[in-house]
Amino acid sequence: MMTLYGLVLLPLLGAAVAWLTGRASPRAPWPVAVATLVLLAALLAYITWAVPAGGGPWLAHVSAPWIPALGITLRCDMDGLSLVLLWLTVVLSFPCVLLASRDIADTPGTFHALLLATIAGVDGVFIATDLFLFFFFWELMLVPLYVLITVWGHEDRTRAAFKFFLFTQGSGLLMLLSILGLVFVHQHQTGILTFDYFALATTHLSPVLAMGLMLGFFVAFAVKLPVVPLHVWLPDTHTQAPTAASVLLAGVLLKTGGYGLIRFVVLLFPDAAARFAPVALALGALGILYGAWLSLVQDDIKRLIAYSSVSHLGFVLLGVFSASPLGMTGAVVQMVAHGLSTGALFVIAGALQDRLHTRDMRRMGGLWPALPHLSSVGLVFAIASLGLPGLGNFVGEFLVLLATWRISPPIAILGAAGLVLSALYALTMVGRAFLGPPPGDGWPALPDFGVRHMAVLGAAMALLLVLGLYPQPVLDLSLPAPLPHSALPWGPRP
Amino acid sequence: MLALLPPLIVLCPLAAATILLLSAGRMPPPAARVLAAGAVGLAAALTLWLAVLFLSAPPPTYRLDVVLWHWMRVGGFDARIAFTLDPLSLVMMLVVTGVGFLIHLYACGYMRGDPDVARFFACMTLFVAAMLVLVLSSDLLCLYIGWEGVGLCSYLLIGFWYAEAANGAAARKAFIVTRIGDAALLCGLLLLATRIGGLDIATLLQPGHLGGGPVAEAAAALLLGGALAKSAQVPFQVWLPDAMAGPTPVSALIHAATMVTAGVYLIARLHPLFLAAPTVMAATAVLGLVTLLLAAGSALAQTDIKRILAFSTISQLGYMFLALGTGAWGAAIFHLVTHAIFKALLFMAAGAVILRVHHQQDIFRMGGLGRAMPGVFAAFAAGAAALAGLPLVTAGFYSKEAILQQAWHAAPLLWAGALLGAFLTALYISRCLLIVFLGPVRTAPTGRTEASMAIPLAGLSVLALTGGLIEMPNAIAPVHLLFRLLAPVLGPPTAEDAEGGAGLLLAGALAPLAGIAVAWGLWRPRAGAIAPADDGLARGARAGWGFDAIYGLLLVRPFLALGWLNRRDLFDRVPDLLAAATRWGARLLGRMQDGRVRRYAGWIAAGTVAALCLAVRP
Amino acid sequence: MTATPAQALLLASMLFALGLLGVLVRRNLLFMLMSIEIMLNAAALAFVAAGMRWHAADGQVMFMMILALAAAEAAVGLAILLRLHAAGRPTLDADTGNRLKG
Repeated sequence: MMTLYGLVLLPLLGAAVAWLTGRASPRAPWPVAVATLVLLAALLAYITWAVPAGGGPWLAHVSAPWIPALGITLRCDMDGLSLVLLWLTVVLSFPCVLLASRDIADTPGTFHALLLATIAGVDGVFIATDLFLFFFFWELMLVPLYVLITVWGHEDRTRAAFKFFLFTQGSGLLMLLSILGLVFVHQHQTGILTFDYFALATTHLSPVLAMGLMLGFFVAFAVKLPVVPLHVWLPDTHTQAPTAASVLLAGVLLKTGGYGLIRFVVLLFPDAAARFAPVALALGALGILYGAWLSLVQDDIKRLIAYSSVSHLGFVLLGVFSASPLGMTGAVVQMVAHGLSTGALFVIAGALQDRLHTRDMRRMGGLWPALPHLSSVGLVFAIASLGLPGLGNFVGEFLVLLATWRISPPIAILGAAGLVLSALYALTMVGRAFLGPPPGDGWPALPDFGVRHMAVLGAAMALLLVLGLYPQPVLDLSLPAPLPHSALPWGPRP
Repeated sequence: MLALLPPLIVLCPLAAATILLLSAGRMPPPAARVLAAGAVGLAAALTLWLAVLFLSAPPPTYRLDVVLWHWMRVGGFDARIAFTLDPLSLVMMLVVTGVGFLIHLYACGYMRGDPDVARFFACMTLFVAAMLVLVLSSDLLCLYIGWEGVGLCSYLLIGFWYAEAANGAAARKAFIVTRIGDAALLCGLLLLATRIGGLDIATLLQPGHLGGGPVAEAAAALLLGGALAKSAQVPFQVWLPDAMAGPTPVSALIHAATMVTAGVYLIARLHPLFLAAPTVMAATAVLGLVTLLLAAGSALAQTDIKRILAFSTISQLGYMFLALGTGAWGAAIFHLVTHAIFKALLFMAAGAVILRVHHQQDIFRMGGLGRAMPGVFAAFAAGAAALAGLPLVTAGFYSKEAILQQAWHAAPLLWAGALLGAFLTALYISRCLLIVFLGPVRTAPTGRTEASMAIPLAGLSVLALTGGLIEMPNAIAPVHLLFRLLAPVLGPPTAEDAEGGAGLLLAGALAPLAGIAVAWGLWRPRAGAIAPADDGLARGARAGWGFDAIYGLLLVRPFLALGWLNRRDLFDRVPDLLAAATRWGARLLGRMQDGRVRRYAGWIAAGTVAALCLAVRP
Repeated sequence: MTATPAQALLLASMLFALGLLGVLVRRNLLFMLMSIEIMLNAAALAFVAAGMRWHAADGQVMFMMILALAAAEAAVGLAILLRLHAAGRPTLDADTGNRLKG
């Protein structure tokens, strides 16, 4: 299905148009970006609709030669997992563009072009099944985002962007080494030089080699997810990034880490991943507790949300390495729900910064009467973030914890303790920002959220509610497709 | 028809809440009041109709399952959004919607002057919906939605007057403390789901499905943790007194009549599981007894009228846990029902008093209010009599009597403790009544109590006095309506329930009378100023026996302090170290490049010599 | 008497060492330039000696080239020196010139 390429080409085309029109008029790029996103959504809807019924776990496939001499092809495949995450990307791109990027005054053409290029890269990551192509997209989403942060970020942007770049790039190089190692081992065994995911999955690896290669992939994705000792780029980057980039980063880019863990760690190296699972589970529990703990003591509201992301994505790590369909689907639901809730929280934090010119919660308080709409929306998403049953986050967390309990009750108990801490930081945030007495002699008149914000965030809320109460379609889709010749870690597909 | 009603009843308050939330404060207050009270009233009427239908033509095995949809079905785990209608959930529904409706009616008057009344009623109706989900769910995970939902509404309503920082703190505390229990409950659910593959209550409770032994004990203990936190029992009781920061109707509905009894309901609903875990049962009984005595002691030393009632609620919930721990499920539910009635009545009467005396809550600044507001006085007196368990004429007497008898048969020591509790109960509520309503006037009341507030008071007063007649000890009259009704769920009344020694009955009747007599001796109306006792014991009791201070010292402060120290993130220092090492190394190497030509020449020479040495060496 | 190649090489390395020593220890730019000339000539001498040893003309060709190189180097070096002087620098001390900027 050639339309899969469209998922990448369309945003790139939109980026080019946005950049070109931006040179003519500063008002032109925004409509171009919106139009691109609408077209992208339509394209994805078409792809979803065109999926043949009962056609097996892989829903779409496309391949074309790229660099035949090195066995590199433009191979893309889409399964349910990809589809769910693609939808998440498209859905979250809307708040980015509709709410955050409209007010960019400084070269908006370039801004929107970079934003769309990042989206193209993310789309590519979710469908590429040629490892070289995957790596290409992996870098493609990194560079524009780096520029977005360095140019349009807040006060300490250079340092934050540099840190972000170093961490992602450094770990990406480790992944490249692993990819090359795998390719060469495969060539040594079969005499065929190929980067094809499905071909490489048949490579026989000694346990030590498999562990080494798996760790290369793991580190790259662990940095992105992020997993706790490697998370340090995230708070700085989220804090300093412009709102649109924060939303995109938290909502979508972190998910590429989770996706990579599923697709390229657990499925490609099932045995090594199983041996590594105890460590990964411990890291996941550590991430949940550590992120929540640090989230609690932050004064900067964006930093608080960033650390809460660290905590939430610890659940994803738990789910992925619980080696069960329960945990895997739970991890995917958690990713989707986290994307929606945290993306919305970043929109709100960005709006607060626009209005108050500070992110410091010590200088907020009592905003509810001044900004009733913004505050109530903030409360709703804070509550979603603390995992209230009936909203999407709970489904993900519960499934992950259930899967974890089956293999290790103590880790699951630690995860459940993380839920207490999440209530603590979410309510602390609400309390410090929105409730209580206003500082000094009250707030001056502040512009509240208008119809545009309420509509977009309301839609996010509705999606979270649907995901929380009727997650079955996502659950059915989100189990990753198995490789044809090797079983899933938990045996045959149920 | 029967199957359609439960979802419809849940939908009524839910729809009202949704409308109120979506109106985003633009709805005029009268419309909001009518909508909220109307929706809950409709739910109450439908529940009554449902009860009539159910009782007149009960379905076989007295239960009706309504599966709405599959919630999650993945990897061998199946959870459903499903309701079960059986006598237990029916009784709970009647309490929630009936008392809930009266409180909504009352709140229409109480919150008249508040500009934010739409938000208030949105949370209240949402609470009713969540509570209904809680009592109706046939799946524990579905129950958990309601369980957390009521917690959320409780948070929102305690902190309703958010401009006051203390209210927000109290709301947060309530949510966090109960959330600790919720986490335990969640762990219990995880354990059960892992064992059973689902959380359907009926499947769970099938005999032999879980078996006894450590698994049952662990599961029951974890569930008990959740119940203790929700129902404010030792060691989680600290949140409830602070929760009185919310408006009084909230205290009446959430923190007296319904939400706090969710723990009792949970254990009664899952009683076969607890029967398989005798250690946990014993712990339940002991914790219940400890709670009821500690809280009664605290109530005796309070000066704030709402805090007196809050500690009293904790204490009465202790009675219910005591009953649960001794296996008296029916007695616990009976006390739950009567307590919901008389405690809601007491709170609403107290609220009426508070409104009339300009939001003064200190009982020592009140006095002699009986003459100015005889109706409220009568209502409060009816509630106080029921709480104290005045023999024969009050509902509280019969329900407490059922628990006392069961405690005697389980362990006389428990009975003795509960009897002491009954004495203390009569003592503290009489103290409150005497100081507030009799004696000289200290704050002159103004205004009138509105009809919308008076009607619920009157209705509940009648119920508080007569509601106990549905269930009496054999020694008085062999009436067992409630226990018979609940028998399909909770099992037939045991022999002890029916038997009931007359001696025990007499002791149970004398204890509250003695309490009232002592209270009259101590606090009877006399001229001159009165002041609260202020010795060490009273101060300790007033502070809730120092639990707050201990938790603050041992848990909260160290946790926050450590977090504060690590605010900059330890792990963030590691890359900084790396950067520093790089910079240091660069500076070292950079020193070679200082631009001095002669030094360069020297390095070139040295390098050449070294290279030559390497080349020449074989 | 003619010198053997070995003797010529010895002389060349002595000259080279002298030149190097001069570059290293003299701070006066003029003397440093002279020392460099000495080193260049030492290298040239080594080429001549090698050419003699192998009876090839290459050594002498290289000598001619080094001669030209040395002339060019001296020209550039002296030009820099004069330029420094023209910029108002009061000394010919090489160690004071470790900044490219004035």
